[in-house]
Amino acid sequence: MNIESIPGLRRLWRGVHVPDYKETTNHLPIRRLPFPPLLIIPLSQHAGAPAVPLVRAGQEVVRGEPIARADGFVSVPMHAPATGRIERIDLSPSARGTLAQAIFLRPYPSASQEILYGEPQDIEHMSPAEIVAAVQQTGVVGLGGAAFPTHVKLKVPEGKSIDTVVVNGCECEPYLTSDHRVMVEQPHEVLHGARIAMKAVGAPRAVVGVEDNKPDAVDALRKANTADSGITIEAVPAKYPQGAEKMLVKVLLGREIPSGGLPADVGLAVFNVATLAQIGDLLPRRQGLIERVVTVSGPAVTRPGNYLMAIGTPLRWALEQAGCAANVSRVVLGGPMMGAAVSSLEVPVTKGVTGILAFSSGSLNGQHAILPCIHCGRCVDVCPLHLNPSQMGLLARKQRYEEMQAELHLYDCFECGCCSYVCPSHIPLVQYFRVAKQALRERKVQA
Amino acid sequence: MTEFLIACIVMFAIGVVLAALLAYADKKLYVYEDPRIDEVEAMLPKANCGACGSAGCRAFAEKLVAGEVSPSKCTVSSEEALLQIAAYLNVDRGSQEKRVARLACAGGTHVARRRAGYEGLQSCRAAALISGGGKVCAWGCLGLADCERACSFNAIDMDEHGIPVVSEALCTACGDCVVACPKDLFSLHPVSHRLWVACRSLYEGALAESECEVACTGCGRCALDAPPGLIQIVDHLAVIDYSKNHLATQTPIQRCPTGAIVWMDAVRGPIKGVEAKVITRRTPLPVELADLPLAAAAAVAREMPK
Repeated sequence: MNIESIPGLRRLWRGVHVPDYKETTNHLPIRRLPFPPLLIIPLSQHAGAPAVPLVRAGQEVVRGEPIARADGFVSVPMHAPATGRIERIDLSPSARGTLAQAIFLRPYPSASQEILYGEPQDIEHMSPAEIVAAVQQTGVVGLGGAAFPTHVKLKVPEGKSIDTVVVNGCECEPYLTSDHRVMVEQPHEVLHGARIAMKAVGAPRAVVGVEDNKPDAVDALRKANTADSGITIEAVPAKYPQGAEKMLVKVLLGREIPSGGLPADVGLAVFNVATLAQIGDLLPRRQGLIERVVTVSGPAVTRPGNYLMAIGTPLRWALEQAGCAANVSRVVLGGPMMGAAVSSLEVPVTKGVTGILAFSSGSLNGQHAILPCIHCGRCVDVCPLHLNPSQMGLLARKQRYEEMQAELHLYDCFECGCCSYVCPSHIPLVQYFRVAKQALRERKVQA
Repeated sequence: MTEFLIACIVMFAIGVVLAALLAYADKKLYVYEDPRIDEVEAMLPKANCGACGSAGCRAFAEKLVAGEVSPSKCTVSSEEALLQIAAYLNVDRGSQEKRVARLACAGGTHVARRRAGYEGLQSCRAAALISGGGKVCAWGCLGLADCERACSFNAIDMDEHGIPVVSEALCTACGDCVVACPKDLFSLHPVSHRLWVACRSLYEGALAESECEVACTGCGRCALDAPPGLIQIVDHLAVIDYSKNHLATQTPIQRCPTGAIVWMDAVRGPIKGVEAKVITRRTPLPVELADLPLAAAAAVAREMPK
């Protein structure tokens, strides 16, 4: 029994208040970005097995046509984001820095935005299993950043039942407003997607959790909602990292997902709003995921905004279109707390990219020297999972990774960055933990 | 008074019975251990490095006494120590060729392009996790000295261009650097493997060379000049078949245009061929402005003004 599980006191007690910098883009409507001269579509932009190409170099493809098929259940197909010609299938730099197989598609100069591929599909008379199969065909993955195939979450595991669908509209990362704009501009699609998800998992109700710094999104969703839909929209006090599914579930319903467990273990299925908006939009038309809304923002961007861009758009093109100051010193994919800096602008926008942030050299405080831990306990206070980052950091420094895993629950850490953010000694705790996880993975492979 | 006497006698009797039991158990449960194991262990270097394939020096000493291995398997011991062990056990010293760690990269900061600077934890493994660490070549050494720190024998030193140099004399082939390198660039080789390709780039010719001046371009000249089958070009990279190592000479390195294939001389270090381009630059290449100088580090939020 802890304070979060008492009704009325439900809110995120831990975590941090970060300046959200959302006011630059949260009022700007979604705008389309033109096609870049060359689209790079990595075969592995989701969790699970990489897709298998269906096309060859030189082949012509139509916007929306499948160009790669799913390899197994935990995998999704890819669709051509533009009408054009496949140039080659080759290695391309990825955000992680490794080279990965990708399909290079050169759109025709006259390629239009019209999607010619697809056909109507009757969702009302589909069984849950058919919905799962249909969602896999759309290639939709978790658009909140994790890029986990959505249809896998829609399939209820053996022996479990799901009573509530949780719709995650928190978007707690600073700068990012793409989910916000989707909720404001496409509330019907979001709710339609939620209904499809409820049907697939057999849940009678759904709860949409939206942080209270987006009142217009709450209004839009409430206006679009009908009384008999079984969907409720709840505003929760804004705090980082409320958008993490474990946090949101606890705040909304008072349920705690067990360590190493899934939301299905407590009768829940959690989806991001943008994911459901895509499902609600694509599924009735049997189309594939070919574009997504990405927030392009940051001090170095001259025309920040929420841009609907084709999957596979290189960062260079996106930043050129949005305008970028000459003194850019850092480009980050995702939010500033959990996102990753990229070392190449040839990296393409993938299905899991929520934002592109560009920082100029003057907007960063620069690098601080790492000082010794003074055991102040601030990281322990803010850790939303009640871990002990201070102790883990000390062990990581000595490379005692096994102890971190066995005694301090390293794998529960989802790298929200709160501990690094508050550390007065500037210890890069999250970076230590990422290194520890990677080292443990390698040891497991060798063993 | 009698109570005192009784107590003393009872305690004494219990003591005698327990002592007898212990004495019996000592004889009955005695495990014979060859006293030579302790002696041999004392002669070993006690580095517990595991290079011999055993779990520490004690386990190796047990195998030595059992005659399962020859003393020369220990690559850390000095020649005198090995002979001493061999004489003590009255066995042949054995001939185990000395092995060393070799690095398959020569792309120092003066020849390999960097598209982004890296700020953050000064460790190769940490840098590799953030967008690959900023080096243009996806396969190359990051130069943040994880291997130097991992080496217990001080056999690895970073040179002025941020490339680790392995001392053939000090290296014991324990394999710690092989584990430490996030790019898997180290491998253990007998010292007789002198012909060496110091590159892992799988990119084709011009692309590989545009990323790093000393990359293997896969031109195939070394394969043509070498005895048949010794060198093959696989995925634009020269691969040496060390099962044919007895055929290796310095001939194949001579026409290499970039100097990616070298002869690892015991004294002079890597020797490049006569046609290899001469690298005169001593200073690091600048972090590229043409490609926007991106600094790579996680969680930038904390660095923004609060």
